[in-house]
Amino acid sequence: MTTATGGTVEPILELRSVGRVHGRGDVRVEALAGVDLAVVPGEMLAVMGPSGSGKSTLLMLAGGLDRPTDGEVLVEGRPLGGLNRRRMAALRRRSIGYVFQDLNLVPALTAAENVALPLELDGMSTRRARQAAHEALTEVGLQHFGERFPDDMSGGQQQRVAIARALVGERRLVLADEPTGALDSTTGEAVLRVLRARCESGAAVVLVTHEARHAAWADRIVFLRDGRLVDDTGPSADAESLLSRGGSR
Amino acid sequence: MSIKHGLLALLDQGPRYGYQLRSEFEARTGSTWPLNVGQVYTTLGRLDRDGLVAPDGEDDEGHVFYRITDEGRLELRAWFEAPVSRTNPPRDELAIKLAMAVTVPGIDVGVVVQGQRTHTLRALQDYTRLKTRAAQDDMAWQLVLESLIFHAEAEVRWLDHCEARLARRAAEREPAAPAPDERPTPVRRRGARR
Repeated sequence: MTTATGGTVEPILELRSVGRVHGRGDVRVEALAGVDLAVVPGEMLAVMGPSGSGKSTLLMLAGGLDRPTDGEVLVEGRPLGGLNRRRMAALRRRSIGYVFQDLNLVPALTAAENVALPLELDGMSTRRARQAAHEALTEVGLQHFGERFPDDMSGGQQQRVAIARALVGERRLVLADEPTGALDSTTGEAVLRVLRARCESGAAVVLVTHEARHAAWADRIVFLRDGRLVDDTGPSADAESLLSRGGSR
Repeated sequence: MSIKHGLLALLDQGPRYGYQLRSEFEARTGSTWPLNVGQVYTTLGRLDRDGLVAPDGEDDEGHVFYRITDEGRLELRAWFEAPVSRTNPPRDELAIKLAMAVTVPGIDVGVVVQGQRTHTLRALQDYTRLKTRAAQDDMAWQLVLESLIFHAEAEVRWLDHCEARLARRAAEREPAAPAPDERPTPVRRRGARR
């Protein structure tokens, strides 16, 4: 892929003619069709579209939680279709971070334990995993909340724990499904700043959202309708020009 | 936009001359609504005529200073206390365009909506970039940018709504495809028709 500066960068995530069909015959539903997409290091991509347009399906396929019926998905250049179950699980733990709509925090574990969990499952020592968890919690501004249980935290704090869990370690691909869903606008913005900062340090982020105001934090916005990409929007080269023209239209 | 009240608000903080008023107005609003110095002097002339400001001498460089009068302060307080009127909505070119597009034959409204949404989303991305770059302590500029962001977001939501309505209308107009059990029954040899 060629960048704005003319160099070539290997995409962290690539979808090649990806399609996903559920069922067959009369009950055949095409959830996604012919989707081509590449997300490079340092790039934040927002996916928008009406309910049922295939946004979440796209995210599931990108993270190897579902398999395409057509085309292929590559993460860090590796086709996911060629990985066996064990390698896929390892890739998901080490390279891909998810933020789900429902947070999936384990209520019996503290914030720090929740964040350290994927690393410990991957065989990392408890001490090192806790250290990494502390760093991830610091990244989301919760360095003093590591010993709290999810139930003792506000919705916004729980959301940030879920994000810390997605960012912990060296994850280079972060997939977020409505991560600002239940948050007020200021807390939602704090979450977007964290994701943005992770991008600046070289990760690729895919953000599914129905809120244009949040999608606007991305470098690129793609629009899905009926399982197909219908639009691809990036910001102007010079944002200031918008104001010197005296308005948006 | 009320240049008149903007200038009164600046003069409430001390006497100023025309060029100074223009720079301060633009600094507070991030040059979102550029003023030319001619507009500033015309407005000062009207404010002077109405007794809301008064000339306040010249400096060595010949800058004519103005100060706010007591009547001007009353006018300014009244402006802050009264809500901005919505009785005459500003002319909205996009609403007019879509209202026309749905009635003019041969116009693909979906294309109009999609084109506008792309444009508005790009503007929204640009405003958001400006906001992330704006100084955190520049509250006036942050609020102006957020106003632009919320307006652009509202426009995108309205465009989504228009699109959904158009899709619903198209579905209602299309003759319904026969459901599988309503298809003409194929002739069966053994006379098993219902």
